[in-house]
Amino acid sequence: MTTATATATTPQADAGPLVERPIVKAHIIAGFSFFFLSLFAGLFYALQLSRLYPFPGVQLLSPGRLRMVHTNAIAYGFLLNNFMAALYWIVPRLTGQKVLSKKLSWLVFGAWQLIIGGAMLGIIGGKAQGIEWGETPTFVDPFVVLGAALLIANVATPILRIRARKLYVTLWYFGAMMVWMPLTYIMGNFVPQYFVPGAGGAAVTGLYIHDLVGLTVTPLGWGMMYYFVPVILKKPVWSHTLSLVGFWGLAFFYPLNGVHHFFYSPIPMYAQYGAVMSTIAVEIVVFTVIVNFFVTLRGKGDMLRTSLPIRWFYTGMVMYFITCLQCAFQTTLTFQRLIHFTDWVVAHAHLVMFGVFSFWIIGMVVYLWPKLTGFAWWSERLNHLNYWFSTIGLLVMFLDLTIAGVVQGYLWQNLAPWERSLTASMPFWHLRTIAGLLIISGQLMQVYNMWMTARGHSGAAEPAAGEPIAAAS
Amino acid sequence: MEKIATILLAGGLGCFALSVVVEGVLPITHLSKIPYKKLEEIAPEASLDFKDLARRYPAEFKQYYGEANGASFREALKLGRDMYIAEACWHCHSQFVRPVSNEDGRFGKVSYAGEYMNEMFLPHLFGTRRVGPDLIRESGRHSNDWHVAHLYDPTIVVPSSVMPKYSWFFEGEVPNKKGMAVITYVQWLGSWATPEVIAREERQASAEAK
Repeated sequence: MTTATATATTPQADAGPLVERPIVKAHIIAGFSFFFLSLFAGLFYALQLSRLYPFPGVQLLSPGRLRMVHTNAIAYGFLLNNFMAALYWIVPRLTGQKVLSKKLSWLVFGAWQLIIGGAMLGIIGGKAQGIEWGETPTFVDPFVVLGAALLIANVATPILRIRARKLYVTLWYFGAMMVWMPLTYIMGNFVPQYFVPGAGGAAVTGLYIHDLVGLTVTPLGWGMMYYFVPVILKKPVWSHTLSLVGFWGLAFFYPLNGVHHFFYSPIPMYAQYGAVMSTIAVEIVVFTVIVNFFVTLRGKGDMLRTSLPIRWFYTGMVMYFITCLQCAFQTTLTFQRLIHFTDWVVAHAHLVMFGVFSFWIIGMVVYLWPKLTGFAWWSERLNHLNYWFSTIGLLVMFLDLTIAGVVQGYLWQNLAPWERSLTASMPFWHLRTIAGLLIISGQLMQVYNMWMTARGHSGAAEPAAGEPIAAAS
Repeated sequence: MEKIATILLAGGLGCFALSVVVEGVLPITHLSKIPYKKLEEIAPEASLDFKDLARRYPAEFKQYYGEANGASFREALKLGRDMYIAEACWHCHSQFVRPVSNEDGRFGKVSYAGEYMNEMFLPHLFGTRRVGPDLIRESGRHSNDWHVAHLYDPTIVVPSSVMPKYSWFFEGEVPNKKGMAVITYVQWLGSWATPEVIAREERQASAEAK
């Protein structure tokens, strides 16, 4: 730990014993396992749309089911596992306190893999739930809530134990996530399923879809950025005040957005108008966060070239800015007429889930892996190659699907026969498959590199624990 | 720290609660003025499509559902919806017609809140993506034969289709219990708002007005 975090609390100089490194490592490994499950499920689904599906007529590998594996594995398997790794790494360092219990950490780890693994099997076996981003079978849902509660008890304890009059923004984000995540999950998975039918249920589902991203993934992601970026840059974030403006702006406006997933549906219009306004407001909030980070980079811009984690992080931030700028336009009812139901939305979802949060996580792994294994990266070159494969793959996929969305939208609007929208989409879907293959190749390099590094195939020994190391500089 | 924790808890809960009230509870309260109907109320007797299946596949139908009556129809509807969810049909087929982009011209009557206030839309299956067309006005648009062929291999009837084959809904070339259920469910979607039903209701309304 360097002094660079400039937190209100004073992190200890030697954070080694505070952080339970094996649990961080275990979560990263589990996360990447689910990553590949998701990547290949996505690839198969893309092949179905390209009409090249290798297993037609196989019930357990039905593309419809694999699509749910794709999204749920990325959200609950890849993102949350890696975010847990980040929590176990960051929270003790910022608070100077250990998590509640090492045993509990491992219990949560094991339980979470069982829960998400069970959810995947349930989905494959035809027990999925009809809630978007909540397809985890109904019998899994209570266990997800329980697992989340145990995790929160574990990582909230160190935050509650510290005596400080100010809290660093990372802990604001993490703390708020701990309040929001269980509420969001309970609301989304139980209310539309058992209590509220039709349009009212759709309003709640909209809130759920959006809060899962906005109130769970986003706070964890930004909390991570506010920690890792200053540590690696060795300078504090430009403005603590602005960072809190961003936090409270997100807290206030983000949850109001949900209904924008169902515009022009029978949900009462005032709820839809409210969603338009608050979505545009979020963009202004996002602007303050982005400005803060880019001003922080001033004088250290060279590190975009020299430090791979910083490059992953800032690329993700640019993608985040594009995502949210897009939001401000596509949330208007005018845009919705054309792009809703099309591949435009799919492009948007990949930009945020892969281009932002997965990029940040890969950046974190590039930074943390040598510290966790005790060896410098086996191959710097593969790390750089993955950056370019992922970035180019994502940008191609994003632009390709965005244009496809506009084409589909106009064909539908013009009342062309439905099949025209399929034949017109075909070249776009082929290109998307190729872009997906680029992304997957990049990740294969990443894990091969991680494997070789962990086995000790590297020249340089790991520098003192906690110091930014060769890979980052 | 207690002070900060309190601010965080109160602020976090407050913002969340505000959003749930404005964007959730208020719309739900308004919509709850429409009476909620149980399945028995909306599907008292077997649909023509369900009876048609019984005629086409008498032996198999008898084995799976017995007689084509209200009870067996409701059983098929529920099973059909469960299969529709299990196979994630709703990820590629939406279930609401928007009042814009000529959707009423393509699909039929624009969706209204009342049609979703029943047991069959718990959970709702609005969907957010259309690879294939919307299905909330599907009732009567195609024959049962068309649906059988389409589920068996979509490219038989729609050469450019990207929909998967659902061979596990078949016993040989005859739809099995699940297959019949899915067809019954899809044929039921929008049976309350077909052009014929709308025309009949309009005739009745104008007759009452006179």
